[in-house]
Amino acid sequence: MNLTILLILLIGLVVSAVVCAMLSDLLKAAIALAITSAILSVIMFILGAPLAAVFELSVCAGMITVVFISACSMNRNRTKEEHAQRQKERNKRFIMLPAILFALTAILVMILRPYINDIAPALNTTGGGNVQMALWGDRQVDLLGQIVIILTGVYGVIVFFKEKEADSK
Amino acid sequence: MPLVFIGIPLLAVILLNLGPRHWISKQAAFYTALVVAVLQMAFAVYVGLAVRGGSVSNIRFIEKLSIDLFSAVALFTIGLIALVSLLVSKDSLNNSKFSFFNLILLIITGMNGVVMVTDVFSLYVFVEAVSAASFVLIAINKQSGELEGAFKYYMLSAIATILMLSGIGLLFLCAGGTSFEAVSACVLAQSGQLSVGLIAAFILFTAGLLVKSGVVPFHTWVPDAYSAAPAPVSVLLSGIVTKISGVYVLIRVFRDVFLNNPAVGNVLFALGLLSVIIGALAAIGQDDLKRMLAYSSISQIGYIMLGVATGSPLGFIGAVFHFFNHATFKSLLFVDAAAIETQTGTRSMAHMGGLAKWMPVTGVSSIVAFLSTAGIPPLSGFWSKLLIVIAVWQVSAQLAIVALAASIFTLTYFLIMQKKVFFGNPTEETAQVQESGKEIVIAEVLLTAINVITGLLFPFLLIYLHSIGML
Repeated sequence: MNLTILLILLIGLVVSAVVCAMLSDLLKAAIALAITSAILSVIMFILGAPLAAVFELSVCAGMITVVFISACSMNRNRTKEEHAQRQKERNKRFIMLPAILFALTAILVMILRPYINDIAPALNTTGGGNVQMALWGDRQVDLLGQIVIILTGVYGVIVFFKEKEADSK
Repeated sequence: MPLVFIGIPLLAVILLNLGPRHWISKQAAFYTALVVAVLQMAFAVYVGLAVRGGSVSNIRFIEKLSIDLFSAVALFTIGLIALVSLLVSKDSLNNSKFSFFNLILLIITGMNGVVMVTDVFSLYVFVEAVSAASFVLIAINKQSGELEGAFKYYMLSAIATILMLSGIGLLFLCAGGTSFEAVSACVLAQSGQLSVGLIAAFILFTAGLLVKSGVVPFHTWVPDAYSAAPAPVSVLLSGIVTKISGVYVLIRVFRDVFLNNPAVGNVLFALGLLSVIIGALAAIGQDDLKRMLAYSSISQIGYIMLGVATGSPLGFIGAVFHFFNHATFKSLLFVDAAAIETQTGTRSMAHMGGLAKWMPVTGVSSIVAFLSTAGIPPLSGFWSKLLIVIAVWQVSAQLAIVALAASIFTLTYFLIMQKKVFFGNPTEETAQVQESGKEIVIAEVLLTAINVITGLLFPFLLIYLHSIGML
C-alpha cells in the first residue's frame, strides 16, 4: 500500500517537474515548482524524514514560491500572441523530454536493479551514525560557509539589479 | 589560527559595509582587500613553518578545521593570486567596482574554508560558497559574453552539486558520519574490496569535483568562462578558484578519505591523461588568447591529477608543487593577456604582432611563464613536472612517455602564441601601444620573480622535504 502511494507520488513529482520546465508562463511555472516541492515533502514525511519535509514545505514550496511570484509580478506580461508563440517554441524544444526521462529511468532501473540495496545500504550506525546529529549537531563550521553564501547572494543582487539601475540612470 | 583565515576576510567585508553608503572610497576598499591578501600570505607562511617545526604534521585548533603543510601551501597561493587579481583589477575592471572587492573577500573566505574543513558536507558548503561568488564575479560587468560564460558555469555547477550531494548521502549511509575520519575508517574497514555503495559514492562525488576542476570530459565550461570573464576574474578563476574547488578537494578526498585507493587512482590516471592530451591538442588550434590559455589550464590540471593518481609520496609532492607553480605561471600568462587586451583592445592573436618591442616587461614575463609551463629548466614548472613524470614512470613507463610527449605540444602552442603576439611585424592594433599601468607591471614582475626564484631554490626544498621524511 505504502509502496503504491509512493510510486503515485513519485510519478506526480516527475510530471509536475517536467510541466514546470515546459511551461512558458513564469507564474504557472512557479506554481508547478511549488507543487513539485509539496509532493516531495509528502514523500519525505512518508520516508520518515519529518524535519527535511518541514523545511522543504516551508522554504521551497512556501518562501521561494513567494519570491518567484513577487519577481514575476514586477515584470510586464506578454501579449497573448507572444505567449502562444513562446509556448509553441517551448513545446517543440521539450517535446522529447518526458520520453527521454522515461527511457533513462527504465535503463537505469534495469542496469542497477541487482545493486540497488548495495548502492544505498541501511545507515551504518556503528560509526555513530545519527541523521539528526549529522544534519544539525555537527554543523557549526557550516554556519560560516552559509554566511559567505548569503553575503554573496546579497552582492549578486547588487551587481545584477542595483548597479544596473545606477547604469541606466 | 584556522579561524583567523576565515575571520579576517569576513571582518574586512563587514568593515567595508558597516558605515553609511560610500563611507569608504573604492581606493580604500582596494587597499583593504590588498592588506587582507598580504596578511593571508604572511599567516600561511607562519602556519607552514609551525607545521614544519612540530613533530606532528597536523595542527588542529578547533575540531572541524585543520591545517597541514598542503593546506598552508594552498592558503599562501590563495593570498598570492588574490593579490595579483586585485592589482590587475586596478587597471582593467570598469572603474574597479566596489562590489568586486566585497566579492573577492568573500571568495577568499570560501576558499579558505574549503582548504581547512575536515568534513565532506562542510567541504560541499564551502565549495558552493566559492561557486556562488564565481558566478557573480564572471558576470560582474553584465556584458552578454560574460553572462553566457557565467550561465554555463552555473548550469554545470548545478549538475556538479547534485552529483556531489548524492555522493555525500551515500558516504553518510556507508560510514554513519560525514567527517573525513568516519568515512576513511569505513574505507579502511573495506580496504580489500570497496562496497558497491562506496564505489557509487566515489563516482558521484568525484564526477562533481571533476566538473568543478574542468577536467576532460567535463571541461566545456572552462574556455567560455575564462575567456568571457573580466581580466582580474580570469586570473582568479584560472589561478586558484578551479584549483581549490576542484583539484584541491580531489587531492584531499583521494588521500584523506579514500586513502590512495588503487581502483580510485586508476580512474584519476585515465582522466588525467585524457586532460593532458586533449587540453594540449585543443590549445594549438585557438586564435583567442584567453581561450588558448584556458585549454592549456585543462592540460596542466591533467598533470596534477596524474601526480595524485600515482598514490606515491613523490607523486603527491609533485602534484602539490605543480598546483602552486601552475597557479603562478598561468596567472602570469592571464595577467599578460589582460595587459595585451587593455592595450590592443583585442584577444585575437591573428591581429597581434611585434608587441615585444612596445611591451618589454609583458614580453619577457610571457616568455618566462611559457617556458615554465612547458617544463623547461631551471624554472619552477620544470621541477614539479619532473617529479610527476618520475612518479608516473614508477607506475608505468608508457604513460610517462605520453605525459612527456604532451609537453612538446605545450611548447608548440606557446611558441605559436609567442610568435604571433610578441614577434613579427606590428599590426594596425599593435602599432605604438605601450606597457600597461604600473599595477599590472608590478603583478608581472612579482609572478616572474616567483617563477624564477622557486625554480632556482627547488633543489634545496627537495633536500629539506627529504630531511623531514616527506620524500
